[in-house]
Amino acid sequence: MKYDNKAWLFLIPSLAVMALSAFIPLMTVVNYSLHYIFSGAIPEFVGFANFIEVLRDPKFQGALGRQLLFTIAILAVQMPLGIAIALSMPKKGVGVAISLVLLGIPLLIPYNVVGIVWRLFSQSDIGLIPEVLSWIGYSYNVSLDPVDAPVTIFLLDVWHWTPLVALLAYAGYLAIPDAFYRAAEIDGASRWKTFRYVTLPKLRPVLVLGFLLRFMDSFKIYAEPLLLTGGGPGDTTTFMSLFVARKAQSYELGYAGAASLIYLFIVMVMSYLFFQLLTKLGQGEGQKA
Amino acid sequence: MATIELKDVWHSYDLEEGKSKDWQYAVEDINITYENGSAVALLGPSGCGKTTLLKIISGLTKPTKGSVLFDGEDVSELSAKERHIAQVFQFPVVYDSMNVYGNIAFPLANDGVDSDTIRKRVYEVAEILELTDLLKQPAGRLNPAEKQKVSLGRGIVRPNTAAVLLDEPLTVIDPKAQWGLRRKLKQVQKELNFTMIYVTHDQHEALTFAEQVTVMQVGKIDQTGTPEQLHEDPHSTFVGYFIGSPGMNMLDCTVQVDGTVAYNGTSFKIKKDFAARLLEHGNEFTLGIRPEYVDVSTQKVSGAMTGAVKLVEDTGAYKILTISMDSVDLKGRAPETMKIEEGDTAWLQFPEEGLKFFKDGKKVI
Repeated sequence: MKYDNKAWLFLIPSLAVMALSAFIPLMTVVNYSLHYIFSGAIPEFVGFANFIEVLRDPKFQGALGRQLLFTIAILAVQMPLGIAIALSMPKKGVGVAISLVLLGIPLLIPYNVVGIVWRLFSQSDIGLIPEVLSWIGYSYNVSLDPVDAPVTIFLLDVWHWTPLVALLAYAGYLAIPDAFYRAAEIDGASRWKTFRYVTLPKLRPVLVLGFLLRFMDSFKIYAEPLLLTGGGPGDTTTFMSLFVARKAQSYELGYAGAASLIYLFIVMVMSYLFFQLLTKLGQGEGQKA
Repeated sequence: MATIELKDVWHSYDLEEGKSKDWQYAVEDINITYENGSAVALLGPSGCGKTTLLKIISGLTKPTKGSVLFDGEDVSELSAKERHIAQVFQFPVVYDSMNVYGNIAFPLANDGVDSDTIRKRVYEVAEILELTDLLKQPAGRLNPAEKQKVSLGRGIVRPNTAAVLLDEPLTVIDPKAQWGLRRKLKQVQKELNFTMIYVTHDQHEALTFAEQVTVMQVGKIDQTGTPEQLHEDPHSTFVGYFIGSPGMNMLDCTVQVDGTVAYNGTSFKIKKDFAARLLEHGNEFTLGIRPEYVDVSTQKVSGAMTGAVKLVEDTGAYKILTISMDSVDLKGRAPETMKIEEGDTAWLQFPEEGLKFFKDGKKVI
């Protein structure tokens, strides 16, 4: 096989961009994570000391715990809800276009705008949410109440991202040939059995994709909590990305570097595990032959 | 197992969708009876309405006009499940998340049959279809031919199946495997005496599988008959041309009182009383003769028509010749041993027994 080495030259621009925007910053972070950095002084190599400090820090553990809880709740709600929406959307006619547009709107709005809009919704004096909730006697305060704040962020995310799952599931659903449903009807399958043995298995690839995307994205959530509550009250809505960013902003670069790498590692491992689990699940089940 | 009847069935998808003008019928004036336990084929080119008829028989579509009867009872209002119809689709439909056992057992499980009976029955069906070794395999991993067998298995596993409908089931199967699957279908039909309705556009599949073949064209039935009848006695030019490989030669001709049949520059003679019977219907006809009945000779025959051999296609078993006579091309057959090449002159004769005459597409004699 003859190789045309000149082809590599064409890759230089893209490689340069990637080096600048991804590789070099990553190496910088790795570098920071291994040093003790104090303003003015020369950075001191400390090996893995930063990593140990991070893992032992209750504040880090708190942020991680909150993040895990948040992501689990998101996945538990957005996946079934998205599927349910997809299955109830019209498949033909004018309704299709209308549904697609309505679902698309939350996805197209820039994250910071979403954050600001919801802040206006939830603000104590002028917001719609506190007003409506006061009619049923609940006094809502997003900046003071440690339950109201995370729940509001949760609802924001559900509003913002469930459409992604719904659209993925919808596309997957439309791709299922009609013959499978006719066969299930002839075989006398109930609606639940049809869902379980035709729809769900055929939606699997799309749902795995949706699950992984929602997992990774929700684990990184940043702009919306920042704009809505600034991470408060206290640190009830300080999730991982905000926690690490704040550490970096206060020049604790060694700590922030180590925390970032641990953060990256967690996401990679969990994504891998989920992927393996979801693609192997439910293959070849059936009655004992 | 049931006798299936279609009475005065007309169906229009346009009307079904609510169009009030410019609507057309997908199938018109359909009247057929399929006896209990028969192997039947619906044959025709794409778009002729055979899949529509299949959907009407199975209950997936309710015909605009007319009724469907199973053993004399009107089932037009019943769903596919209620009619006890089984269907095998064009591409293999299996439940990927279950193994083969689970797939075949599925209809019985949904019917609430107890697991011992299910077990017995699934093993019976698996044995007939030669799937016993695959029972524990996840259905998604089988090759297309095996999947179709599983599909068929689901169709025959219930004891009260009225009929099995097959919609071009060999489409995605590769040619070598097709032969085995076709044989298996025929075997199952014969042994279990199921009414099986096989829809296809492939005449070879239809003629080898069925005892009764319905040939359709543009929504109408052209002819129903045994493979022999369709071959030897086509009722229309369409059937004559569609059946046979290659199909019947069709030549526009005129018949004269003295028995001369003239077409495009040449002519030959037929018996005068034959001509007289034809002339009762006019004097312009379409002449049909199957390539296998055209008498071809490389030696001069007096009184025969001549033509130039344009193309010789050797199938290995016999040769297909395309012979041109002026502006008309004729297809003929020659034995493998005949030495004949492109450019040769051929002498042709049409034996009277092989001649069919049509007028306006319909058989005359």
